[in-house]
Amino acid sequence: MMRSLKLLAFIALTAIAGAARAQLTIEITGGGENQIPIAIVPFAGESALPSSISSVVEADLVRSARFRTLFVGAQSAPVDETSKIDFDAWRGRSADAVLVGGLYARPNGRFDARFMLYDVPKQASLGGLTVTLTPALARAAAHRIADFVYERLTGDRGIFSTRIAYIVKSAGRYDLQIADADGFNAQNALTSKEPLISPSWSPDGTRLAYVSFEKQKPVVYVQSLISGKRSAVANYAGSNGAPAWSPDGRQLAVSLARDGGMKLHLINADGTNLRLLSMSDFGVIDTEPCFSPDGQTIYFTSDRGGTPQIYSMPAKGGDAQRITFVGEYNVSPRVSPDGKSIVFISLVEGHYQVALMDLASQQVLMLSDGFLDESPSFAPNGKMILYASEVNGRGVLAAVSIDGRIKQRLSVTAADVREPAWGPFVNR
Amino acid sequence: MRKLIIACAAALLAACQAAPTQPEPEAAPAQPAPAPQPEVTPRAVEAPAPAVAPVDPLKDPASPLSKRSVYFDFDKSQIRPEFRPTLEAHAKYLHDHRDVKILIQGNTDERGSREYNLGLGQRRSDAVRRFLILMGASAGQAEAVSLGEEKPRCTQKTEACWAENRRADILYPGEY
Repeated sequence: MMRSLKLLAFIALTAIAGAARAQLTIEITGGGENQIPIAIVPFAGESALPSSISSVVEADLVRSARFRTLFVGAQSAPVDETSKIDFDAWRGRSADAVLVGGLYARPNGRFDARFMLYDVPKQASLGGLTVTLTPALARAAAHRIADFVYERLTGDRGIFSTRIAYIVKSAGRYDLQIADADGFNAQNALTSKEPLISPSWSPDGTRLAYVSFEKQKPVVYVQSLISGKRSAVANYAGSNGAPAWSPDGRQLAVSLARDGGMKLHLINADGTNLRLLSMSDFGVIDTEPCFSPDGQTIYFTSDRGGTPQIYSMPAKGGDAQRITFVGEYNVSPRVSPDGKSIVFISLVEGHYQVALMDLASQQVLMLSDGFLDESPSFAPNGKMILYASEVNGRGVLAAVSIDGRIKQRLSVTAADVREPAWGPFVNR
Repeated sequence: MRKLIIACAAALLAACQAAPTQPEPEAAPAQPAPAPQPEVTPRAVEAPAPAVAPVDPLKDPASPLSKRSVYFDFDKSQIRPEFRPTLEAHAKYLHDHRDVKILIQGNTDERGSREYNLGLGQRRSDAVRRFLILMGASAGQAEAVSLGEEKPRCTQKTEACWAENRRADILYPGEY
């Protein structure tokens, strides 16, 4: 008996005011060494907008746990991006950096946010930008500014303008939700009475592939985030799972039921041109494929050796090589954006935990200590890993820096969150 | 209506019988018309008795066909001997009803990767399907799929609950 499926179309990449039913809240649960002290001066004229740009910038930088913000009180005179900086005063307060800016009204209801970032010890400008925005895009503009500050001061690319996808399970429903990296603007791309798993972003961020159980069996769909339209790209007899995009966005690797187990296949992004990829014995499960950033290699989970381990194989087909050798259960590989490491889930003393392996040295670092951690996903700058965890029986998301020091927890009130996928950089 | 027809028929017969044939002129005195016989027409008599329709064996608790679940050991997909009689009964039913198509859904407990568990559930449902085909069902009558760990029957983190979820279910038309 077919269950009815309510489809809420997800419209536009532009921010739409009005959150989904459930908001994602993010808290820092670990970290705080070597933080860069920065003073963020409220932007002149920013009270013209309901969202204070400098507050959103501050929240982004603090949430990264790589910055400590100094208290900046009300200014006696408006300070903007053209103001002269009293470096001695800021050095006296142990600031390493100062951010100043102004918000200026323009025709047609638009605004310009102009800012300048200063290095206090060097008493030098680190540059600035003008960001044009409409009131609805005030948060997006602030994220753009936070990215700039983050990059100039840490050398790493900022992820504040990125989005994350995840599944929210509440009473009787599953929502495929997409939110800004700070948890705001959560919107439902799909709502279903049956489970949803394995969301996967296309490399250009315009489509999501996922697995839906609405037909009483797992089927792979690709949905456009711009139009809300979707199609079933793998609905073969048996189970269809684990979609993974090729770096050029033209193909998907999927895992399909075959030969008593599951085998990797390639399909075009529209579902055509099905090709068998992995070769393994009857009953073996090959699943969870992941392309390397150069598109040449596919990492995947296989139990061809007896228990599930991680293997790699050429993306065009060929023999597989085993990658993990420690422990009985290693699954869910994801390659880092620079292709040099993989994050995966390892069963250690009865606990399923996040592990990071440097592919050249094969050294493994354990990054989490939960009981049932799963679904790791790299931030597009390669510096943080988002994954699913459980706290007091409730599904939450967690993020950890690749050195293990910074930790965050992301949760939704009165619901389970699971299956996170960090979206790509947006073009700038 | 029947009484009316009977009455008419009786009247007609009576009329027929009442119309005397012309006797010969100096024949014996006309026989008196025989008295009209009461019409006796058999009629069905419905005896009030409970309807006895055959019980659907798929739902009959006394039939092995009402048993729809096969359970598995941790990380395993072998069919345990205790489930073979049930599966043989389903195979025979499918063999005798060639137009019936079933869906076999495999499940796992919650531990481990969701996609790997999708595969484990598939291996379980596939094992059931192959066994049914071996025992007489035809390949087109059964689709084996997996629900992985996504639709558990129970959610406690206990051995008993985990064992309950390591399971393949057989669904008949109308149930999926």
